[in-house]
Amino acid sequence: MLTIRNLRSYYGRMQALKGVSLHVKEGEIVALIGVNGAGKTTLLNSIVGLVSSVTGQILLEDLDITHHSPGQIIRRGVSLVPEGRQLFAPLTVMENLTLGAYHRYRREEKSRIKSDMEAIFERFPILRERQSQVAGTLSGGEQQMLAIGRSLMSRPKLLLLDEPSMGLAPLVAAQIFQIISELHRQGTTILLVEQNTGGVFKVSNRTYVLETGRVVLQGTPEELLHNREVKRAYLGREYKDVRE
Amino acid sequence: MSMWNPQFEGMAKDELRQLQLERLQATLNRVYRSVAFYRKLFNQVGLIPEEINSLEELSRIPFTSKETLHQSYPYEMFAVPLREVVRLQCTSGTTGEPIVVGYTRNDLVHWTEVSARVLCAGGVTKDDVVQICFDYSLFGGGLGFHYGAELIGASVIPGSNLDPAREVLIARDYRTTALVATPGFGVRFAAAIRKKGLSPADIYLKRGLFTGEPFSDATRREIEEELNIKATDNYGLSEIAWPGVAAECEKKKGLHIFEDELIPEIIDPQTKKPLPLGKKGELVLTTITKEAFPLIRYRTGDITRFDSSPCECGRSLIRMEKAAGRTDEMVTINGVSFFPSQIEHIFSQIRGVEARSCLVIDRRGDQDILKVLVEVSEEVFFDEMKKLQDLKSTVEREIHRDLGISAKVTLAEPESFARKTEGKRVIDKRERAAGGEPY
Ligand SMILES: Nc1ncnc2c1ncn2[C@@H]1O[C@H](COP(=O)(O)OP(=O)(O)OP(=O)(O)O)[C@@H](O)[C@H]1O
Ligand SMILES: [Mg+2]
Ligand SMILES: [Zn+2]
Repeated sequence: MLTIRNLRSYYGRMQALKGVSLHVKEGEIVALIGVNGAGKTTLLNSIVGLVSSVTGQILLEDLDITHHSPGQIIRRGVSLVPEGRQLFAPLTVMENLTLGAYHRYRREEKSRIKSDMEAIFERFPILRERQSQVAGTLSGGEQQMLAIGRSLMSRPKLLLLDEPSMGLAPLVAAQIFQIISELHRQGTTILLVEQNTGGVFKVSNRTYVLETGRVVLQGTPEELLHNREVKRAYLGREYKDVRE
Repeated sequence: MSMWNPQFEGMAKDELRQLQLERLQATLNRVYRSVAFYRKLFNQVGLIPEEINSLEELSRIPFTSKETLHQSYPYEMFAVPLREVVRLQCTSGTTGEPIVVGYTRNDLVHWTEVSARVLCAGGVTKDDVVQICFDYSLFGGGLGFHYGAELIGASVIPGSNLDPAREVLIARDYRTTALVATPGFGVRFAAAIRKKGLSPADIYLKRGLFTGEPFSDATRREIEEELNIKATDNYGLSEIAWPGVAAECEKKKGLHIFEDELIPEIIDPQTKKPLPLGKKGELVLTTITKEAFPLIRYRTGDITRFDSSPCECGRSLIRMEKAAGRTDEMVTINGVSFFPSQIEHIFSQIRGVEARSCLVIDRRGDQDILKVLVEVSEEVFFDEMKKLQDLKSTVEREIHRDLGISAKVTLAEPESFARKTEGKRVIDKRERAAGGEPY
């Protein structure tokens, strides 16, 4: 589904990604973990065309989308649930969901969009309850559901999630991971960025570890659970070698 | 005829290339950060790991030699701190001091996995009784095979290194169906069966997996016929994985290399340049899953060639020809390379001479001169000049016919042969050509 080769992303002269290669196969749920500043968000933003200065190759199926615009990429079926939800706080739940389908209005019938919204309310009954409430007044977990719901409104083949459990209480985070795992079971291909390795290892098929803009490890959850790099990424501090 | 892990062993080529690139890049990032030798090596040639953007660019990185591993004894090449290491083994030290090889928990999982693939390729299933006639010590491949066979679910007998007569009795009594051994041990095992007055019908062996030394077609035939089994060849080395670099499937058309774990290359041992697909040269391996002891472009010293044509077994992995010899044994005469074992093979086909021989190489002007000292059999009498002369020309003619080189043959009686050769197979009197370092 997604194949990335030698991706380099720049903010001015600052290079945030230094030749990243990874892939997500259709039907897979792949995670990307790393400490703050490792380049995780940059990677997702680069995929959806939000970073202007990138080199390398981003292939969606066999199509090179490296230099496509965000609009073109979302129409190709890639949707990002951004870090910190990025909801429109003064708008209602309904209005936020509607915005998630904005690129479909021109070509599709309103009734299909309406039925998609209905499906989202089925999935997240709490959002139906709060459909007229403004997003800013929702709890953290509800906001994350809304952010996911908004992305689903674009009917993505590939869903990108940036730290969906961030700032949530453990029980709520667990609920979000359950939702992600359900989406995956129902056929959505997922690339998930997280720092919550516990949740990641429960849901993902494979995981990449990013460190200062480079992939240093990849493997199955079982493999990564045994690895020191993962502890580093998770705990966010250097382990001192005890070799000497 | 099944594969242990069809996902990797039968992976589509483009998928495999992507996987190799990802694993290679992560490995390079790790060794650059964690292994002082590699950081220095990269810096010396002005390269940073992230400049390697394709598998082809791997060839920009200098080689790692066995010598480097000797110099870094015991732990300098480790990429993780010792407390992450759960197993320490070492090489047998055939070619110098031992090398300590560490494994993390994940390394052991991968090693066990490739060992299971090797056994599965050789036809072993959970219904087999597998007898492993390998050293289970610091040096051995014994443990590697053992874990793999257990993973498959076979009944495993840690035969270790008992003498062949004992192993035969165990095989008979425990109803062993699969033997894991060196070819040499296989031959002695067969001899031990004969000596006990037994026949293959008295034991239950169906297959044998052989490894550890070159497995000639002649030896394979001998073992297969004498034991009435199917015998397959496996290649590995302790520095990387033994077993677990490459395994012959039941089609016996070369050994499949586990390319999801390793990137293999063939280089010209003299120019050190990569050779085109199908050309014979030295096997170079880069590990792409190892955590504790990753090696980049490691020169194995083994000579082989690749075959990428499809195999009927369904594995998409490239195959290597049976490793026929080592670069440090290879002899080059006026540009033609061969192994002493090839000459010995020629002699074994000629009545009147023994296979044992000694090559004396010298140089006159710009020509290499090859003299071959060969031991004559007991039944040849040294007073029959005419017959000796005929024998000598037969030997010279056969060498020329087989290898395309001219040799001057000297026949020697057993005693004088031993004295003249001092037990050496090759005596090279040529001065080392300037710049031409030994490989
Ligand atoms: N717009 C920008 N301009 C300059 N530097 C930036 C910009 N955005 C990110 N960076 C820098 O790029 C690097 C990688 O950032 P990125 O946000 O992708 O990491 P991350 O792994 O998502 O981290 P976090 O856990 O903090 O979200 C960081 O060092 C960051 O400071
Ligand atoms: Mg981020
Ligand atoms: Zn095959």
